[in-house]
Amino acid sequence: MKRIVAAIMGTALLGTLAIAGKPITIKGSDTMVILGQRWAEDYMKTHPGTVIQVTGGGSGTGIAALINGSADIAEASRLMKDKEKQEVKAKRGADVVEIPTALDGIAIYVNEKNPITKITTAQLKSIFQADTKKWTALGGPDAEIVLYSRENNSGTYAYFKEHVLKDEDFSAECQTLPGTAAIINAVAKDPNGIGYGGIGYAKGVRVLSVAGNDSSGYIDPTEANVASGKYPLARYLYWYCAGEPTGDAKQLVNWVLGDAGQKVVSEVGYYPLPKKSATMEKKTK
Amino acid sequence: MTETVRHRDQTNAAAPSRLQWERYAVRRGDRWRDIWMGRLITTIAVSTIAAIILIFLFIGREAAPVLTSAEVHQEVTVAKMVVPLASRAGRPNEFIWQPVSDTPKYSLPPLLLGTLKATLIAILFATPFAVGAAIYSSEFAPPRIRELIKPVIEMLAGIPSVVMGFFALMVLASVLKDTFGWRFRLNATNAGIALGVAIIPVIYTVAEGALRAVPRHLREAAQALGATPWATARRVILPAAAPGIFAGVTLGLGRAVGETMIVLLASGNAAIWSMSLTDSIRTMSATIAAELAEVVIGSAHYHVLFFIGALLFLITFLVNSLGELYIGRLRRRLTGVAG
Repeated sequence: MKRIVAAIMGTALLGTLAIAGKPITIKGSDTMVILGQRWAEDYMKTHPGTVIQVTGGGSGTGIAALINGSADIAEASRLMKDKEKQEVKAKRGADVVEIPTALDGIAIYVNEKNPITKITTAQLKSIFQADTKKWTALGGPDAEIVLYSRENNSGTYAYFKEHVLKDEDFSAECQTLPGTAAIINAVAKDPNGIGYGGIGYAKGVRVLSVAGNDSSGYIDPTEANVASGKYPLARYLYWYCAGEPTGDAKQLVNWVLGDAGQKVVSEVGYYPLPKKSATMEKKTK
Repeated sequence: MTETVRHRDQTNAAAPSRLQWERYAVRRGDRWRDIWMGRLITTIAVSTIAAIILIFLFIGREAAPVLTSAEVHQEVTVAKMVVPLASRAGRPNEFIWQPVSDTPKYSLPPLLLGTLKATLIAILFATPFAVGAAIYSSEFAPPRIRELIKPVIEMLAGIPSVVMGFFALMVLASVLKDTFGWRFRLNATNAGIALGVAIIPVIYTVAEGALRAVPRHLREAAQALGATPWATARRVILPAAAPGIFAGVTLGLGRAVGETMIVLLASGNAAIWSMSLTDSIRTMSATIAAELAEVVIGSAHYHVLFFIGALLFLITFLVNSLGELYIGRLRRRLTGVAG
């Protein structure tokens, strides 16, 4: 629906381009495209003079567009590589400005009767690809693991697929449910279930602590651990600009980092930035 | 118009009183009202047909690129939708539905099989209940109880399917899992039973109508020969009404194939290629409902979803036509017998 609305808005925008000023083009991460569109919609409602175009395509696409100048802002759900930063510097003649705009993190749930309390991302990959089929492999009961996943249009699905499954396919046995609440409900009722979803939601299920690899410790998915980046299934969602944003773009960035923009972040289902860094935190390189 | 005139002639022949004459007389205003109402109703009927044709054309147009567009064929072809695909190194090829992937995979067989399994269970569950209730209420129930049963069963049709699905998701699934200890809590049987409850009224209404339409003289003849009520029902009424009952089952089938909300909630939505009735399933309708809202318009994924929609339309259309055909045949046969 949102994409349809965005498409209609996009068409409407084309008509107004002639009168309005130069539009701000935002391109990148598919995880962030809905967030970006909601920001744009809300911002344009309160700032009628500004036109913002938001498109997806993936973090890499957005960064490529930033390098060759076809986007003003690149949305990325990963850190920009040094090589890419150098390319921006070479082509655009300005240093990359990195702006964390929101936090994203997912929790792993099991049934409260399940004795398991911790898991590594490698074990998660093996479980969700049905290489590990029984809880005994993790020291749990002798029962088959039942997988609960999100529908494939969800950003959480994409994130899990990218970061846990390393872009490989889920097992066909994954039951896909519409929404984190449905997954929590299913896992709460299924002693052998495992599922993933937003951190704030977990009630009636056990949330596992997760280790990024065998040597790193198991970390609880608290908001603090997500904010500090310790939790392995957490990340910042970034905006990248070539050089310090100016004019309309600067206003937009400040709005996104302010209360109104961060409220949209929660509404879309991500985590607002910790309060202290909500003042335009940026690193230049 | 002609109907009214003919009536008057007949009444005339029977030498009516003056009062009856006035009752049947056509006033001038009536004639115009007749003509305009006739036209209005024709227009409404024609627009309904037009709407169906337009919907079909729309679905067809959006589904066609799956067959014709070279751009879509880079990602998926009909051939790729029906053969097992390579998913991971070291694993045998399998049917897999994973449209969001580095190499998107759109296997239709698990979706077709899932739809088939849910429908089959729904029919197996609903038919005995619906037909049994229909036999009871048409043959055995005292009139007062029949007046109660009929609206109550038909009220089942008024339960929103999302409520039925939610009930299956929260309550029925737990009961089934606790009773039988199946691996998947949400599975084909769970969804099929909920679907079955939803289609009981469809089958019941048609079956009851068919049983009641069996001419009275057949029933009376059987009873005159000394048949018990049960023997009458089983050996005379049931065979006479069989095509009508079959038509009811077919209509229920059509409804079950297309039903979306119940399976979306209660089936687990895992596109597993398996014959087990206790594995999770993903039906065609639920796939469209779950994925169409956020799909990129014009993408291969979008067209594939419409392709599934066209298939679904075709299946329900065929099944329903079959049902209607049988109802028509039954009606002709029974009126023939009665005449």
